[in-house]
Amino acid sequence: MTSTRCAACKHLRRRCPPDCIFSPYFPSDNPQRFAYVHRIYGASNIAKILQDLPVHIRGEAADSLYYEAHCRMKDPIHGCVGIITLLHQQIYNAQTQLSKIQAEIAVLSAKAQTESHYQHQVEHVPNVDENF
Amino acid sequence: MASSSNSPCAACKFLRRKCQPECVFAPYFPPDQPQKFANVHKVFGASNVTKLLNELQPHQREDAVNSLAYEADMRLRDPVYGCVGVISLLQHQLRQLQMDLSCAKSELSKYRNLGITGHGLIAAAAAATHHHQQNFGINLIGGGVGSGDLPFHHQFFPSNQQQVIRSFDGGNGYDASSLLAMNVSSSIGHLSQFQQSKATGAADGLLTPIEPS
Repeated sequence: MTSTRCAACKHLRRRCPPDCIFSPYFPSDNPQRFAYVHRIYGASNIAKILQDLPVHIRGEAADSLYYEAHCRMKDPIHGCVGIITLLHQQIYNAQTQLSKIQAEIAVLSAKAQTESHYQHQVEHVPNVDENF
Repeated sequence: MASSSNSPCAACKFLRRKCQPECVFAPYFPPDQPQKFANVHKVFGASNVTKLLNELQPHQREDAVNSLAYEADMRLRDPVYGCVGVISLLQHQLRQLQMDLSCAKSELSKYRNLGITGHGLIAAAAAATHHHQQNFGINLIGGGVGSGDLPFHHQFFPSNQQQVIRSFDGGNGYDASSLLAMNVSSSIGHLSQFQQSKATGAADGLLTPIEPS
């Protein structure tokens, strides 16, 4: 038998029809890709998700499903939600740091304006000697 | 959290079967939250969830179920990107913040380097506002979602949010912009229930956390 079956049909040990829903997104040279999504979602659920989408965005959907399945295989407890949690923490840390620095800038900027105003006043006091 | 002997859990109600005392779903799918199991079943399937839970220790299963429920919810709201859409948006937000942080640090260092009092500070103020937009280098999370040990290099976040919104324009009746906002806000709201002792463990090899410089 020639290896014209996609990775999904190879994994499922079936004939790969010309209109196979999986074959554009699960090529035979990447067996892990389908193995992961099959493990997490199941073939029929993947097929249903893809079939409900317009053809031009099925590739994106297959990619994101693989990404989530990969995350879940690496972290069976949290999956990609672990990454979301981490990102939220990093965003919070960055916002806190930014707020502190902006506050410090505001203080220094206010001081600078005060200094500038004082300097301006000093420079424009009339010379007492000119009155004599 | 287990259902009483008189009330089947949400899973067994959905599957129309007797809820056994040792039901693996019962502790995590109470009967008053039918949508939770319905979503998980639709995306992952009952047998896949059973297999996943059976591979975990009992104390790990609640977090696993809650994260699966979250992922299922996101996938149903956004069938194309699911949680990955949320990750992309958060990464974008983080990049923006890191850029703002770089600019702010640069501005601050000008004040500090040139002194706090006298003409030096006035010059610093002028210089800081003049160079406000300058980018002094950003430590990004390794190139986006598809980086590190990920088997593909694919930036899921479209070049602009309109593309994400456009994915909803297939006549499914969703208000795309509010759905996008819901994705982000719901991710913030629901995450409080996840107690993750080691956040970095989940992301090792997938994303490089940004360290404050």
